Amino acid sequence: MRVSGPLVEVEGVEGLSMLELITVGPQRIIAETVAIVGNKATLQAYEYTGGLKAGDVAAATGDELSGLMGPGLLGQVFDGLMRPLSSAPMWLTPERSGSLADPVVLAREWTFNPTAVAGTNVSPGDILGTVPESGSVEHRVLVPAGVFGELSWLAQESRVRGVDPIAVVAGTSVTLAEPSPIRRARPFRSRNTDAVPLHTGQRVLDLMFPVARGAAATVPGGFGTGKTMMLQQIAKWSDADVIVYVGCGERGNEMADVLAGLSQLEDARTGGKLIDRTVIIANTSNMPMMAREASIFTGITVAEYYRDMGYDVVVIADSTSRWAEALREFANRNGDLPAEEGYPANLSSELASFYERAGRVTTLGGQTASVTVIGAVSPPGGDMTEPVTTDSQRFVRSLWMLDRDLAYSRHYPAVSWTGSFARDAEELGAWHAANGRPDWAARRERAIALLAESDRLAELAEIIGSSSLPAQERVLLLGGRLLRDGVLMQNALNANDAFCSTGKAAALLDLVLDVVDACQRLIERGVSATTIEQVDLGPVLRAREECGPADAAAVRARGVEFLMELETLK
Amino acid sequence: MMDLRGASPGQGEAAAPAPAVRFAPQVSHGDIRELRGPLLVVGGVHGVGWDEFATVDMARGECRHGLVLEVDHDLATLQVLESTDGMSLEGIRIRFDGRPLHVQVGTEWLGRVCNGRGEPLDGGPPVTGTATLPVSGWPLNPVYRDPPQEPVLTGISVIDGLATLVRGQKLPIFSVPGLPHLTLATQIAAQATAGGQTFRVVFAAMGLTHADIAYVRDRLEERSAGGELTLLLNAADDPVIERILTPRIALTIAEHLAYTEGHDVLVIMSDMTSYAEAVREVSAARREIPARRGYPGYLYSDLATLYERCGRVKGRDGSVTIVPVLTMPGGDITHPVPDLTGYITEGQIVLSQDVAARGIYPPVDVLSSLSRLMRSGAGKGRTREDHLDVAAQVLAALARARQATELAELVGEAALSETDRSYIKYRTLVEEGLFDQGRDEVRSLADTLDRAWAALAALPKQELTMLSTALLEKYLPKGDDGE
Repeated sequence: MRVSGPLVEVEGVEGLSMLELITVGPQRIIAETVAIVGNKATLQAYEYTGGLKAGDVAAATGDELSGLMGPGLLGQVFDGLMRPLSSAPMWLTPERSGSLADPVVLAREWTFNPTAVAGTNVSPGDILGTVPESGSVEHRVLVPAGVFGELSWLAQESRVRGVDPIAVVAGTSVTLAEPSPIRRARPFRSRNTDAVPLHTGQRVLDLMFPVARGAAATVPGGFGTGKTMMLQQIAKWSDADVIVYVGCGERGNEMADVLAGLSQLEDARTGGKLIDRTVIIANTSNMPMMAREASIFTGITVAEYYRDMGYDVVVIADSTSRWAEALREFANRNGDLPAEEGYPANLSSELASFYERAGRVTTLGGQTASVTVIGAVSPPGGDMTEPVTTDSQRFVRSLWMLDRDLAYSRHYPAVSWTGSFARDAEELGAWHAANGRPDWAARRERAIALLAESDRLAELAEIIGSSSLPAQERVLLLGGRLLRDGVLMQNALNANDAFCSTGKAAALLDLVLDVVDACQRLIERGVSATTIEQVDLGPVLRAREECGPADAAAVRARGVEFLMELETLK
Repeated sequence: MMDLRGASPGQGEAAAPAPAVRFAPQVSHGDIRELRGPLLVVGGVHGVGWDEFATVDMARGECRHGLVLEVDHDLATLQVLESTDGMSLEGIRIRFDGRPLHVQVGTEWLGRVCNGRGEPLDGGPPVTGTATLPVSGWPLNPVYRDPPQEPVLTGISVIDGLATLVRGQKLPIFSVPGLPHLTLATQIAAQATAGGQTFRVVFAAMGLTHADIAYVRDRLEERSAGGELTLLLNAADDPVIERILTPRIALTIAEHLAYTEGHDVLVIMSDMTSYAEAVREVSAARREIPARRGYPGYLYSDLATLYERCGRVKGRDGSVTIVPVLTMPGGDITHPVPDLTGYITEGQIVLSQDVAARGIYPPVDVLSSLSRLMRSGAGKGRTREDHLDVAAQVLAALARARQATELAELVGEAALSETDRSYIKYRTLVEEGLFDQGRDEVRSLADTLDRAWAALAALPKQELTMLSTALLEKYLPKGDDGE
């Protein structure tokens, strides 16, 4: 046996297959088979390997790395290997049982309410029954993939444990909970191609760079650009049924903060707590590195599990860079030839295998459901040309690039309007048009043009001074500032502003564009640009914080008042 | 490995307080195969585990120490803490400890001065303790963490006002050689209080010059004499690889003081760049594939195992707050050490040469500095209702003032608009009134915030868009408001 950090090489274990789990050493540390040469196997260990020595025992398990999927996931925290952290001790020492064998989880009993009828024919994805949980998300127990035929037995309404059978289909026993291999996508019937927006409650995203349900988005941002804060806002406010938050190699305090924050906040749509629709996968940066690599796939498998029940799910992974670093670390120890910046050559295919598990699909049971993937990237040195950032961009539909200059001037969320994109914007515009907002796309284009023009003018003004610009251009400069500070900027700490409804966002944008139009008319009437610049714009800029989160009417009323006052300028 | 179970921190308190844990009889090995840089490869060993601690006995009675980096059949690769200088393949015996390095922890560390391996430098007896814990520590279950939310008041305006430190946070100081980062760090150590209580301080010096070490000892003498300070000193000419252990020992002591003894502990680690260089040296000797600038790909995870040891635990009194200090080579914030540190820590205090040149102490570049936990540790119910909004306004106005200053350099101040001129005036006021401070000066938070309001009063009222009408009404100094 050879041990070097998480890399372990063992000899003489017969009949191993790739990705099979092995336990090594007296503490039965979990490791995964990543290479087999003759009678030697290379393993990546999922725990601290301190004290592991030549001569220690290794035993094959015959299983792939799997998570136990069943009731009791929502509102809970798991580590990267899907082991519950709430029942784990304060210090995470290596001697913990695997996710399929946690005694606390296995002993827990649930109420099973059958809904199918015994004697009928069932196929994969059909609902056998439901399990009530604390939150509003109904837990549906489905016929697993690959199981067809007559439902010969179905349990009565009863208290059952996860390992207990609740049905027999064509001779196959179905248990309440099922182990699901994390590295394989769960099957579905077909992919849907129509675009339906995911409303995130964040104006800069919903108005400028929207993401469709079932699409993938990536958020690259150097440290201090507010990446985590933005992702937390999306976790809190997006209109999905289930959120899976993967803290992959990030801070422990942050995970505690997410947990505490979600436990306090109410879900406006259901009246329950936000935590009851959330599953947290926490593999903090000081937890074993290889479990970090697994955590991303664990998270997406949980998401697919809920998708199969017919829900819209959002997976938030913070940060995919830490996951890529775990890949690199292991590849290096394994002596693989490095490609760019030491990353292994399969980096981009690994990234693709993650992002491509996003999708809006028709499930096996025939329901429309989606997994939206949002992955953060932490580029070293803020270098946007590094491999994880550039590769991620190829596999996503929306890019939300965070800008350090914006963050330094405390413009949050610091989404850059020049570096970001939304490939589905056109289709989403069509969706908005079909749903009562015909001018959505045109307004978005006008806002983008105004930002670009005002950026250009700002650069010019820095050289020649803004007072040397023509009056019309000075108004555009002012309009850019209004758009940035009054619409795109959003205060996550303000109860009125943390979340923004579609209607309020549209009203705020209309307000700014109307003010710009009104100012242009004033200029035409001969009012000087200096006079306009000295107008107190407070009512426009404070509208986002002073009007309720869904109070579009208040914004419009404020707009009418402000424009009337503006008209009186001379 | 045999001993890991009984020695994990959660259970360590219950372990018998045995002095000097050593396992006799120890087999010693003399089959040295290779010496390269800090690495030593020994053959013919059996039953040696990865990350085990070892003692190297040299010919003339000298004794060095090492950690197992790799075991491959009967070969073990050791990193020798005190370097392999003067070693030869013959005449060396290695004794393995049977487990990763452990230290004894307890309140006995307070008031002591030790070297980077925890051996006394103050002439006292070896430090004993009430429990023995592995220096690498174990990850704290995130579910047990309490999110940090009580402000730490340092009495330093720029920190308390604009980047509030919070109990259980990790907030590094990024500096460049020549700037007073140690002065600032020791000022924090000397003045910091949380809820009116002072901190126990564990200071880990890595690669500091003797002059710096003397300065630190001098500045913190009062705390040391009061039995509130532990100094672990690895000087610039001390063994390089030893630095890899110094912060780990410091944090192990701190965790025990915090979570078992119930103290608020402040850990200062300086200079993390020297630490990272030691890690790089070992990595290079092992011929590992480097990531950025020769640093190994696992530097992020390695630093995280240090920084993540801060925090608060549910249902326990104490806390560990970490202030790492690092010098950015060439002032480059994208250098791997500050970059990776910034990704792990909860914000950063950046010192800048430009600010120092303007005669401001502490020379904090406030626009690049940030405390991520400030939003939970400051404001209504924590410090003062106006705190967060004032801080945001001070910074936003400063960003605008910088633009105005740059413009004035191009077109001359006379060509500026009246608003831009008020920003330039604001900049001077805020720098002199708020940012600049004496090296021993302790300012109350109310004083700090009042100074901020005084500077903001130089701006026209319509520019103060981040402050609500109610706050303006209550706090904005009257009389200076001519618009």
